[in-house]
Amino acid sequence: MAKHSSQRSEIAKARTGISGLDEITFGGLPAGRPTLVSGGPGSGKTLLGVSFLVNGAQTFSEPGVLLTFEENAEELAQDVRSLGYDLDKLVEQKKLLIDYVHVDRSEIEETGEYDLEGLFVRLEHAIKQIGAKRVMLDTIETLFGGLNDTGILRAELRRLFRWLRDRKITTVVTAERGEQIFTRQGLEEYITDAVISLDHRVHEQISTRRIRVVKYRGSTHGTNEYPFLIDRDGINVLPVTSLLLEHGAPDERISSGLPALDEMLGGQGFYRGSTVLLSGTAGTGKTTLAAHFVDAACRRGEKCLYFLFEESPQQMIRNMRSAGVDIAKWVAKGLLQFHADRPNRHGLETHLLTIHHTVEVFEPDVVVMDPITNLLAVGTTVDVRSMLTRIIDYLKTRSITALFTSLTTSDQSLERTETLISSLMDAWVLVAAELQGRRRNRQLYVLKSRGTPHSDEVRDFHFTSRGIELAPAHGTATSAPKTRRHAARRGK
Amino acid sequence: MPIDKFELRLYVAGQTPKAVRAFANLRKICDEHLAGRYSIEVIDLVDNPALGRGDQILALPTLVRRLPTPIKKIIGDLSNTERVLVGLDLRPRRASA
Repeated sequence: MAKHSSQRSEIAKARTGISGLDEITFGGLPAGRPTLVSGGPGSGKTLLGVSFLVNGAQTFSEPGVLLTFEENAEELAQDVRSLGYDLDKLVEQKKLLIDYVHVDRSEIEETGEYDLEGLFVRLEHAIKQIGAKRVMLDTIETLFGGLNDTGILRAELRRLFRWLRDRKITTVVTAERGEQIFTRQGLEEYITDAVISLDHRVHEQISTRRIRVVKYRGSTHGTNEYPFLIDRDGINVLPVTSLLLEHGAPDERISSGLPALDEMLGGQGFYRGSTVLLSGTAGTGKTTLAAHFVDAACRRGEKCLYFLFEESPQQMIRNMRSAGVDIAKWVAKGLLQFHADRPNRHGLETHLLTIHHTVEVFEPDVVVMDPITNLLAVGTTVDVRSMLTRIIDYLKTRSITALFTSLTTSDQSLERTETLISSLMDAWVLVAAELQGRRRNRQLYVLKSRGTPHSDEVRDFHFTSRGIELAPAHGTATSAPKTRRHAARRGK
Repeated sequence: MPIDKFELRLYVAGQTPKAVRAFANLRKICDEHLAGRYSIEVIDLVDNPALGRGDQILALPTLVRRLPTPIKKIIGDLSNTERVLVGLDLRPRRASA
């Protein structure tokens, strides 16, 4: 009975080779069947189809036919060239065949009965010429603009998809999204095997592309909307990697960089692979604490990736040097790498993909993002939370320990974000400063630390020539004002 | 009035009833209206599938007027003589059309 796995009953699939798409479809498009890809203008449906063909031809030994109904052939070639696909070469190698179907209503007179057998003949001829296993029809609905008899058209399209199925051709059919429906001409009525929807939204001048598998007969599939990017590497879909929360939980502990803080965290610091939130108001030493954490990791010979969303690396290194934490040497040794980016330069998905990509390449042990609250400039609270969930899941699967700093202000939305994201965190350290007499008194406490006993103390700390130092426990510590502790707990 | 020579191509795929009908209709129309100044070439795409691309053939049967220029296409079994004549520019398009 245990063998009754979903994999066994799953249908055969044809990989698209598109990064991430094969993951959310658990293996690719239904092999030997048509898939409808619908989206608005500029949503990337043509690129998706072309990638499917090119990857098929280049990587999976499945030659493909592109039957394009678009008027502008040159446009297609240009779009595709910008992605580095050399269609001409594939055509030359007989791995790809492109047939431009041109229908000009003005030069066609319709009289009496006809069918689209000419299209079938051309397609069959093309398929035979190169032994095609894949076909893309882009965008077949154009025919509705070229021919008057929609009755014949519909009957012939139905026949066409059946014909393709009979020949076991894996087909991508692109279609323009209608008002309330997936395609203007209701193609989803004929193509019921799989439907993928693409979307391109612009929110506050930041564009976000999303992909969703609306339907996939005979297969499980991710049902979320997944962000995707079109960059020089083509289409990149970002799947939520560990939907199942099945990443391991290492027992190993690593230092926070401050022995006194490690002590507060049950004596040994954070768990490796855990996610730590470090929040506080402006000027309380969050970045310095992060620098200590990084410094300790580099001392252990581990690699750190530091994402800066506010300062330049040079500025940050200089500030840390004056605070007594020299991290420049780790950069020189190649253990520490900075990645600075203005949050509002890209949408969240782009940031997410950049982070992915950078982590993938650098393979760090520790990641710092400073400050994550700046990402709110480019997305709603919900979006930021969703993005962080993905980052955290991704980092956890790789046992990368992550430290996120968060700037607390009186701004309601930020507080709410902190509340929302804190639940994603394994540990939460708060720093605060308050005026006591004529000086600002800085304090630090551990609000939560999953899986470790942790101190309830509020510890004072100071900046010294060697960075941050915590005041001795039970020493000068003043108890935190009840109101703040209460407020902090509310956020849990 | 110059007398144009009509060079016509009829695309079909096999001897389907539609194809046979189209050819018969075409012969009749040509004999009545283009006697002595037309040629018909029948292209069967089943035998020559590659030829479908050149004239952008999609629907079958398709009649292509190669000459005189410009190229005209008439699709269907050519059962509506009026429309065939309009399509071949042998009869002016009605004002409403």
